Amino acid sequence: MTSLPAATPKKLGLVIDLDVCVGCHACAVNCKEWNSGGHAAPLSDFDAYGAKPDGVWFNRIHTFEAGEGSAGRTVHFPKSCMHCETPACVTVCPTGASFKRAADGIVLVDEEKCIGCKLCSWACPYGAREFDQAEGVMKKCTLCIDRIYNETLDERDRVPACVAACPVGARHFGDLGDAESPVSQLVAEREGYGLMPELGYAPVNKYLPPRPSQARAGCTGAQPLPDEDVAPSSGFLRWVDRLLSR
Amino acid sequence: MTERRIVTELHHAPAQVEGEPAIDTSPQTGDTVKTTTCYMCACRCGIKVHMKDGRVRYIEGNRDHPVNKGVLCAKGSAGIMTQYSPARLQKPLMRVGERGKGEFREIEWEEALRTATMWLSEIRATDPRKLAFFTGRDQSQALTGWWAAQFGTPNYAAHGGFCSVNMAAAGLYTIGGSFWEFGEPDWARTRYLMMFGVAEDHDSNPIKLGLGSLKNRPADNRAKFVSINPVRTGYSAIADEWIGLRPGTDGLFVLSLIHELLKADKIDLDFLVRYTNAPWLVIEAPGTAEHGLFARDAAGEPICFGTIRNACVSALKPDVAPQLIGEVTLPDGRKARSVFELMVKRYLDPKYAPETVAREIGIEAETIKRIAAELAHAAFEQTIEIMADWTDWAGRKHDRFIGRPVSMHAMRGISAHSNGFDTCRAIHLLQMLLGSIDCPGGFRYKPPFPRAIPMPLLPTDATGPLQPLKGPPLGFPLGPEHLLVDDAGKPKRIDKAFSWDAPLSAHGLMHMVIHNAWAQDPYPIDTLFLYMANMAWNSAMNTSGTMQKLADKDPKTGDYKIPHIIYADAYYSEMVAYADLVFPDTTYLERWDCISLLDRPICDADGAADAIRQPVIEPDRDVRPFQDVLLDLGARLGLAALCKEDGVTPKFPGGLKDYLVNHQRRPGVGMLAGWRGSGEKSGRGEPNPDQLQRYIENGCHWRTEIPDNAKFFRHANADYFDWAINLGLKDLRDQIVLQIYSEPLQKFRLAGEGFGAKLPPEAARSRLKERFDPLPDWYPPFGEEVDRAQYPLHAITQRPMHMYHSWGSQNAWLRQIQSRNALFVNRETGAKLGLQDGDWVWVESPHGRVKAPVQLMEGVNPDTVWTWNAIGKRKGAWNLASDAPESKQGFLLNHVISELLPPREDGYRYANADPVTGQAAWYDLRVRLVKCAAAECGETAPSFPALKPPLKRPLDLLQYGRKFRRDRTRR
Repeated sequence: MTSLPAATPKKLGLVIDLDVCVGCHACAVNCKEWNSGGHAAPLSDFDAYGAKPDGVWFNRIHTFEAGEGSAGRTVHFPKSCMHCETPACVTVCPTGASFKRAADGIVLVDEEKCIGCKLCSWACPYGAREFDQAEGVMKKCTLCIDRIYNETLDERDRVPACVAACPVGARHFGDLGDAESPVSQLVAEREGYGLMPELGYAPVNKYLPPRPSQARAGCTGAQPLPDEDVAPSSGFLRWVDRLLSR
Repeated sequence: MTERRIVTELHHAPAQVEGEPAIDTSPQTGDTVKTTTCYMCACRCGIKVHMKDGRVRYIEGNRDHPVNKGVLCAKGSAGIMTQYSPARLQKPLMRVGERGKGEFREIEWEEALRTATMWLSEIRATDPRKLAFFTGRDQSQALTGWWAAQFGTPNYAAHGGFCSVNMAAAGLYTIGGSFWEFGEPDWARTRYLMMFGVAEDHDSNPIKLGLGSLKNRPADNRAKFVSINPVRTGYSAIADEWIGLRPGTDGLFVLSLIHELLKADKIDLDFLVRYTNAPWLVIEAPGTAEHGLFARDAAGEPICFGTIRNACVSALKPDVAPQLIGEVTLPDGRKARSVFELMVKRYLDPKYAPETVAREIGIEAETIKRIAAELAHAAFEQTIEIMADWTDWAGRKHDRFIGRPVSMHAMRGISAHSNGFDTCRAIHLLQMLLGSIDCPGGFRYKPPFPRAIPMPLLPTDATGPLQPLKGPPLGFPLGPEHLLVDDAGKPKRIDKAFSWDAPLSAHGLMHMVIHNAWAQDPYPIDTLFLYMANMAWNSAMNTSGTMQKLADKDPKTGDYKIPHIIYADAYYSEMVAYADLVFPDTTYLERWDCISLLDRPICDADGAADAIRQPVIEPDRDVRPFQDVLLDLGARLGLAALCKEDGVTPKFPGGLKDYLVNHQRRPGVGMLAGWRGSGEKSGRGEPNPDQLQRYIENGCHWRTEIPDNAKFFRHANADYFDWAINLGLKDLRDQIVLQIYSEPLQKFRLAGEGFGAKLPPEAARSRLKERFDPLPDWYPPFGEEVDRAQYPLHAITQRPMHMYHSWGSQNAWLRQIQSRNALFVNRETGAKLGLQDGDWVWVESPHGRVKAPVQLMEGVNPDTVWTWNAIGKRKGAWNLASDAPESKQGFLLNHVISELLPPREDGYRYANADPVTGQAAWYDLRVRLVKCAAAECGETAPSFPALKPPLKRPLDLLQYGRKFRRDRTRR
């Protein structure tokens, strides 16, 4: 069993906007690309050109439909580690390999200590853990710990790879423990939520729900057009005497 | 410029906490970083490639690049896996077995080039038309088209004919611009965006940036995003409203919106009079050769009826006050009416009323009325004014730009129907009626557009042996006199472009080349030279038939019907097996390239831009950049423009790199616009030997901003004219009058009616008469002409956002996202057919059948089934294992799409294409579903013998970044 730090001074995490995510997989692939050479490298791929291609990904996009017919919605739902405040994947770890950083709350795996028992992946209700069977260790989203503080990078690039790549701007990054931080304010303004809070792991990552749709009549402020019956001949008359100039 | 709005914070690495592992939070990404341009799709984003010990460590978007502003899509992010793909060709190949078996011997480049030179020089000395050079997803058409012209063959085109020529042609004949590369929504200001059809496959990052910025607007400035699309995926998933109409009815929907707007007089009449041909007079003289043409004055200028002098006056002069309604007697006594009146009469007809058309479209009449009202509200009650002093074409000063903030975007969903040309024109008409062309908040041109309508370029025929063409192979005919047909009406091009079959086929008909060459119709060819076009698979209609035709022999002689096939590609696609000679190309990270203003530009609405690719990695195989090979081949053939004056010494010994800098299309104008002269000149200027270095120093791109007073109404803005002329983008200061009524179309209609100097054969006339309409109309796509009861469903495809055509499956990462495709069926429709998730069906069209697994979904029009395109692969192709899911659980719909329409009365079969542009009508397909018997389930069909690429089999375990980490840990 591994113990958790008392409340962390920072709770770094992601805010994902379901109002704008189009399911393009840019975040997932850029994550794969960065991390393939990054802190937890490699992200092994098995049967890469064969019958059952499968590999280690820290971020995956799930697409599903909610509701029926045209009233329903197609949802693109990117999912990675939630960096929970009280993560079961850490407390369940028998070796201390799984740990939550005391300073910023990032949940990581210390591969030196990992025995590949997979208890953490059973414990994680979000399915965010990725076992690398070639290396025999558990891997997971590092919140790009080798990017966000990386002094060799331009300050603007010190964000997780998924945030840097996202073409629609559906991903945001910051300290969700600070109510005044820009991301916290975004979450407050948009009524963001954590996934499955009832389980009690206090996920740090937040999702922003779709904004109210503007599909119904009057949503844009438009009034119906007059519906009088305009016979074509009389319909032309209104344009006969219009004074116009090139 | 569209800016991405994201919230991020800068945090500094915390102090090491006792008991926690030490982590290197500031590792060096690589040892070098080079900028270049992505080629994982056609978007052409700027990238930064980080290299580590000669291997690619990381590819990221270039923040300073005008196309993507730092973002990168899934394809671009997976560039590493394409760079190191096991499907990369290694060395030139010469066929040894039967064509199609894929048996080759490796040869040296010298032998490859000598063989090609031998074949081609014989053709050139006898009949240059016998070379058909078609270049697929080529991004160097400014070079390849020019090369074809120097060779002297008119038989050249890239893939536009089966992709988007309906959009390009409709736009260029109507508004002098079009969507994607020619224009874009004013993302930052628009209040209402309508997106027609699948759009995820083009302009990928700019549209995503735009949608994101539009959706993230503050609450008091929200925009509504409406998606009109039979399928609710991708962008449609985040639309405020999804209108899931029946495929091919978009045009009817748009004309019904126009009907509503006209009925309510919610149109921008000032815009129409100032900027369109609405006031121009059209001759009413039925039964004569001038009926429906513009009335013109002695100088040849179109005329209108001026209400100041009460007389017919030139319609091109400023300050004319034209009459819009009423019959006019022309000076010669004939009658005429304005374009405006003809248009209003046409679309006020009750046949376009929402109640009449709603059923055909598959939506409620109320929806059409509501959308019309919302358009009118956004255009006329949410008007934008931008204060700027600008001068119009006539020299008049203005102090503001008035914007109608309604914008539209459309691409393949409209294009890939046989009524796509008219549907696209209908969309442009709607834009004109709302006054939302190149205004704040509307659709905005990207330089060098708008261009004259249409562009003053005519297609050219062969001149004869050893002679170059006198002009470009492709162009924009204005009437029958510009067609490439002989006196009997027979096409002069192998693809029958610019013939009576497809008069305005501005991009050629690549999808017909193999069929026509095989059928020797209109004549036999000798060599089919293809570049980057997977014509033996996903780029062909009737794929199985096309494969047979490529390998078919004349039973009498035993010779192949297509005598020689040369193919250039970087990867082992399905097409390779059908080549006699293979030129292995480099990857996009291994070569010079340019994204030229002379080609398909990467400009944005606020600026002109171009870019280069530079090699960031040395090829580790015996491959050469295709563009270098083409220049080499041209010099070996002794093409005048490719040799020095002695006729033998290559003019560009440095290959494409040399050509990019030193070739001049006209004096001072070359492939690249930036840093000409001594580096101080843009657009026009002498070649600069340091030009490429300057590009590299600037991140491999060049961009110049348009002045604020030249950013709108560029069809009539003198400040823009001056800016564009100075840059070499434009030559004339004339107003470009937008064409509601298209006279070229009427000329072809007249020919169909038997009027004019050049007449079509009798059998071709009725189609010209019916389908060439000076005002856009709607007719059911030709695919609807099957028995609808027999084939009750539409079948369409779309490309996943993480794949580019067939390229994605060789990519170890992208294929993990998707390696199989299902047929998606509306849940209720599926229930009626007794289908459940995981069932297998035969998808049957009048042409054939494919077998596929079924997946039910809600967000699809009930009369429509669809699937992802180009996931299905031939066994063994792309060096995938022969039991890869792509070939067992993936399928291509192409097999059931015929490249030909059913026979006309005399037995002749037209291409399955738009009758005006020849655009391949992929989405016209109708099918029925037949549930498979239990024994048939589990594997898709048809299936073909496995290919055996002459390549090394890759290892099962891929641990790409292992070495990077080991090196880091060691240090």
